[in-house]
Amino acid sequence: MARRSYLEAIRDAIFEEMARDPNVYVIGGDQRHSVYGTTTGLVEAYGEERVLNTPIAEAGTLGIAIGSSMVGMRPIVDLGIASFIYPAMDQLCSMAAKTRYLYGGQASVPIVIRASMFYGNNTGAQHSDRPYSMFMTMPGLKIMIPSTAYDVKGLLKTAIRDEDPVMSFEDANVWSNKSDIPDEEYLIPFGVADIKRRGMHCTVVGIGKSVHLALEAASELEKDGISLEVIDPRTLAPLDTTTILESLAKTGRLVIADPGHDVCSAAAHIAAVVSDQGFWDLRAPIVRVTAPQTHVPFSPALEPLMYPTRSKIVTAVRRTLN
Amino acid sequence: MCLIRRFEDAVGAMHLRGEIVGAVHTSQGQEGEIVGACMALRDDDYMIGNHRSHGHPIGKGAALRGLMAELLGKKTGVCGGKGGSMHLADFSVGSLGETSIVGSGVPVAAGAAFGAKMQGLGRVTLCFFGDGATSQGAWHEGMNFAAIWDLPVVFLCENNLYGVTTPINTVSRVANIADRAVAYGMPGVIVDGQDVIAVYEVVGEAVRRARAGEGPTLVEAKTYRYMEHGSNMGRAFDYRPEGEMEHWLARDPLKLLRQKLLDEMGFTDEALAAIELAAQEEVADAIEFGRASAYPEAASAYTDVVSAVH
Repeated sequence: MARRSYLEAIRDAIFEEMARDPNVYVIGGDQRHSVYGTTTGLVEAYGEERVLNTPIAEAGTLGIAIGSSMVGMRPIVDLGIASFIYPAMDQLCSMAAKTRYLYGGQASVPIVIRASMFYGNNTGAQHSDRPYSMFMTMPGLKIMIPSTAYDVKGLLKTAIRDEDPVMSFEDANVWSNKSDIPDEEYLIPFGVADIKRRGMHCTVVGIGKSVHLALEAASELEKDGISLEVIDPRTLAPLDTTTILESLAKTGRLVIADPGHDVCSAAAHIAAVVSDQGFWDLRAPIVRVTAPQTHVPFSPALEPLMYPTRSKIVTAVRRTLN
Repeated sequence: MCLIRRFEDAVGAMHLRGEIVGAVHTSQGQEGEIVGACMALRDDDYMIGNHRSHGHPIGKGAALRGLMAELLGKKTGVCGGKGGSMHLADFSVGSLGETSIVGSGVPVAAGAAFGAKMQGLGRVTLCFFGDGATSQGAWHEGMNFAAIWDLPVVFLCENNLYGVTTPINTVSRVANIADRAVAYGMPGVIVDGQDVIAVYEVVGEAVRRARAGEGPTLVEAKTYRYMEHGSNMGRAFDYRPEGEMEHWLARDPLKLLRQKLLDEMGFTDEALAAIELAAQEEVADAIEFGRASAYPEAASAYTDVVSAVH
């Protein structure tokens, strides 16, 4: 057992998978100097030919990854910040997501696309996106959004071995999260939510950092005798709706905390599924704690208004109980 | 070349009468560059096409039956009826697929070449795209990646002068697409796309370079399409200058090769007639096969979205 941070867990997952499979390689901007520490030691262990620095060219980078994966390689693409996906949208949506389908199953695109979300750090509207729900609308893409060091390691290893394109949205607000990581290897399957805390009065589904905010809210509400069940879906595609519905059947109340913009958000989708399949278990309307339909402002006076907070979640839970 | 011409003539007619549905783009007039380039490849090399791409998999060796069945949306099609005219692929012959977003295949071709290089199998990737693709950002990024990493890829620009109805010289300031190669530090070669042997030789040298680790080449084949951008577009457009079509028809790639075979290589009219007849029969057989094949079951619309293996 070792205490590892989120970023260290990412690095460990990549390191182990590169040792296991010679087809795995890392590609992205500035990988060899490991700006954030997720590729530390890879060049020394595996050589520069498996740790590639690219030009600033996201579409081209993704094309290299896609084409090489179609002939048997397993690239891990580090796109850096999540909004850097946009210059590569065509390669992602028209090529990576559709290749298997268009060609009738003749090809696989086993690539992992890592993207960090730096929201909440005063980087302004272009560097603060939480765009994962956009990609939930695109069949063929798998989406993971781990909230702990333990989860990111197990999920990333699964992603690297997966036969399909996987987008790994890594919430920079949990980079300092530390977990006890077992010495033995473990994998976390996609589509299996994790119940981070058991409770009986209200279910709170959290996404990314919001999982931790929900746990803080649970500690606060415990003092008032209110117990929350906190669920982390861990992957949004596939999405484990069964665990959420089972929890709802017990609590009868649902709050979803999601730092994405509300319209067509992951929260909105979960709410729609629950309204459809869990309606008779609901004892109160579902409450979504999401970002408003405005851009992220730079000013430190304004940005904190955007995202879920512990107190917003507490308020939302109280609404379901009144 | 005969096979591609007969196949596409038939496809155009079937599209016109509604037997083939959807978007169909044919390449009559471009067979010289298609075949010349594909013939320069090894069987285990890779090829990536575009939206105007019935000829490319044929050139790479794909069986006609599966291609025709795909155009008809049948279960026996190369893609099980999920791809259609703009997305043919036959991985069994190294045809890694066609992509209908103009220019999008270029970075992917560089990627396939990168994968092949990492694997050390000596495989070369041939990427076909039109003159229109060279205005896309993805084209630039793919070219640059191939150049900086000396990737074993041949970029073949099928310059047929028009993007739909827009002349290339109104959207590009350089006289030749091949001139752009200098921006990537790779050779740019112009070849007469109507002369299949000339294309074979130029692409052959580019393939040799690629396989030897000397990096990519941009080959510009000057060619022409006789048909409108899309089959069955409803009318003929008036963007072509007078006499242009006649000029190119006089340099038809099949006609030029036929003359060469008769004059210089000792072929007889009978031998050529036999080749043409064989092509006609193969196309007829493919149509019959496609027509007789069943449509896919409804359930197949929901498979191949993601891997069935978990």
